[in-house]
Amino acid sequence: MPSAVPAVGLHRITKRFGDVVAVDTVDLEIADGEFFALLGPSGCGKTTTLRLIAGLEFPTTGRLRIFGDEVGTLPPNRRPVNTVFQNYALFPHMTAEENVAFGLRMRKVSKAEIEPRVRDAIALVHMEGMEQRRPDQLSGGQQQRVALARALVNSPKVLLLDEPLGALDLKLREAMQLELKALQREVGITFVFVTHDQGEALAMSDRIGVMDGGRLLQVGTPEEIYARPANRFVADFIGHANLLDGMVTGPDQVTLTNGITIAAPSNIQPGGHVAVTLRPEQALLHPWGGAPEHHTSVDGQVEQVTYLGNALIYRVSFQWMHIDVRSENRPGGDPVSAGDEVTVSWEPSSVAVVQD
Amino acid sequence: MTLTAPPLPTGPGPGGAGTGLPEVTPEFERAAARADSRRGFLMSLPAYVYLVLFFTIPFGIVVVYSLATRNTIGGTDLAGWNLDSYRRLAEPIVRDILFRSVWIAMLTTLICLVVAYPFSYFIATRTPTIRNILLVFVMIPFWTNFLVRNYAWRVILGSDGPFAAVTEALGVGRQEILFTHSAVILGLVYGYLPFMVLPLYAAIERIDGSLIEAGRDLYASGAQTFWRVLLPLSMPGVLAGSILVFVPSLGAYVTPQILGGGKSTMLGSYIVVQFLTARNWPLGASLSFVLMTVMLTATLIYFRAGGRKL
Repeated sequence: MPSAVPAVGLHRITKRFGDVVAVDTVDLEIADGEFFALLGPSGCGKTTTLRLIAGLEFPTTGRLRIFGDEVGTLPPNRRPVNTVFQNYALFPHMTAEENVAFGLRMRKVSKAEIEPRVRDAIALVHMEGMEQRRPDQLSGGQQQRVALARALVNSPKVLLLDEPLGALDLKLREAMQLELKALQREVGITFVFVTHDQGEALAMSDRIGVMDGGRLLQVGTPEEIYARPANRFVADFIGHANLLDGMVTGPDQVTLTNGITIAAPSNIQPGGHVAVTLRPEQALLHPWGGAPEHHTSVDGQVEQVTYLGNALIYRVSFQWMHIDVRSENRPGGDPVSAGDEVTVSWEPSSVAVVQD
Repeated sequence: MTLTAPPLPTGPGPGGAGTGLPEVTPEFERAAARADSRRGFLMSLPAYVYLVLFFTIPFGIVVVYSLATRNTIGGTDLAGWNLDSYRRLAEPIVRDILFRSVWIAMLTTLICLVVAYPFSYFIATRTPTIRNILLVFVMIPFWTNFLVRNYAWRVILGSDGPFAAVTEALGVGRQEILFTHSAVILGLVYGYLPFMVLPLYAAIERIDGSLIEAGRDLYASGAQTFWRVLLPLSMPGVLAGSILVFVPSLGAYVTPQILGGGKSTMLGSYIVVQFLTARNWPLGASLSFVLMTVMLTATLIYFRAGGRKL
């Protein structure tokens, strides 16, 4: 039964390094049992936020709680959290087994108890038979598993993961994404996961917090973040988006900078400078004038066709602006090539209006 | 010396017609490998010549003299080899000097280690600019001659020197440690501290800082992290520094001579006395041989015990 108290609570947390504000008044509550991703480009403050929770940095101001307990001033060894470091930080002078047992030994757990717990943790990450190997005798993926076991064996209340898949190659990374997600369900521990890979965040997380410039810009489920980005940065950072600049000129209506007016529902006052976001896969391509009745549509000319294997991206220009349309590569249908006159259409509900 | 493989007999290979150059053949590959190893030999030749001329041959001469006999007029009879001079090493006076030298060298090494470790850690964890400045500070004493620096200590530690003035001001009376073992150890620590700092710094600097953080994250206190993570990982530096301090301390001559007051406190001085004053070359040679063997053994132990990781 998950606790009603948030696993991690950040209240107006700020961290400065000299003149640089790495984390800027962040408020965040992460629920018990949640798989939470902190997502953003490098230097956005996501890793610093994680290190603040771990106790590897102390906040400049703010309150930091773990399951309701104030922990902001405690050193890392007195916090009920463990970290999986970016490059795993396995102790090179110890075997896999000694690495996993380290935390329990430091906490003076009895030998009789350490042994089965270490064995279980190693089994949990499927590393049986590798106990006596040293880190330099393990592959990247295996090191990653040992790092996970080394943290999980301590039954932390929160597990912190700093770009844990960053050093793995693509295939392994995708396999580990699924495995990590399954592992989190199995152990039921709150995972806080730092990544710069939006695909990874969307695929794995219950909720995502998008950060930029030390600020937490938006917190929401992957669906919310993708379909309803809070601002231009989020729309641009998550997935691919057409960002059409314009101004709100009436209720549910935006006039783009090239003079074309389109329907775009929003609650922004007329006169506000906005961008209309449209995901390439939400836009449909038709022969000239062939848009369905209830769709919003613009007419234009195909400027460029990009072949992606499983899909095609058509860049359609209309009055100095352009929209990328993504269409799955399926057999049949009329081939469209550069120079063709086309109509692009979309469901009115599939656009989101964002401000800078 | 050219850096290309010797030309080889060429056959008219198919496809080689375009450039006029021959195809690669196993013979060419073998010849290239031979040329490579010949280059390696030529490059290391000066070092080998140096080692043979200035180490192996003199060392052999020392061994020969250590087996010879001192004659009544202070000369050396090379005929009739025997182990008499090695038997004399067991005599109390010689044995005491031997033990005292080892003890002083060990104490010097230990003090250097304790003083240098925190300092090296401090340097290694600074920004690169500050790091380089601090390393220059470590090297500055080498700009002055070793002998001069030892005489400077003699002035500092002398009866009218600053050291006595400081101890008097501190209320412990005018302390004079010149011509004592303490002065010798102080001088040795002063002289050889950089040899401890540099390898320690190099070893600590290479340790991934996230390992320390991982230790703290896994419930280790600062002290536990030091003993369980930092110290084991910096062991190559600890060993290298200890050898670099222990070996010259054991054979030290200048410092015990100047700060120890010329008494035969340590092996180095005693060996000089045997050669110059007592004119007992076989005993001096046997002592030298023992000293060299101890040093070589220490170095070998170091290379065996993970020095390769450096």
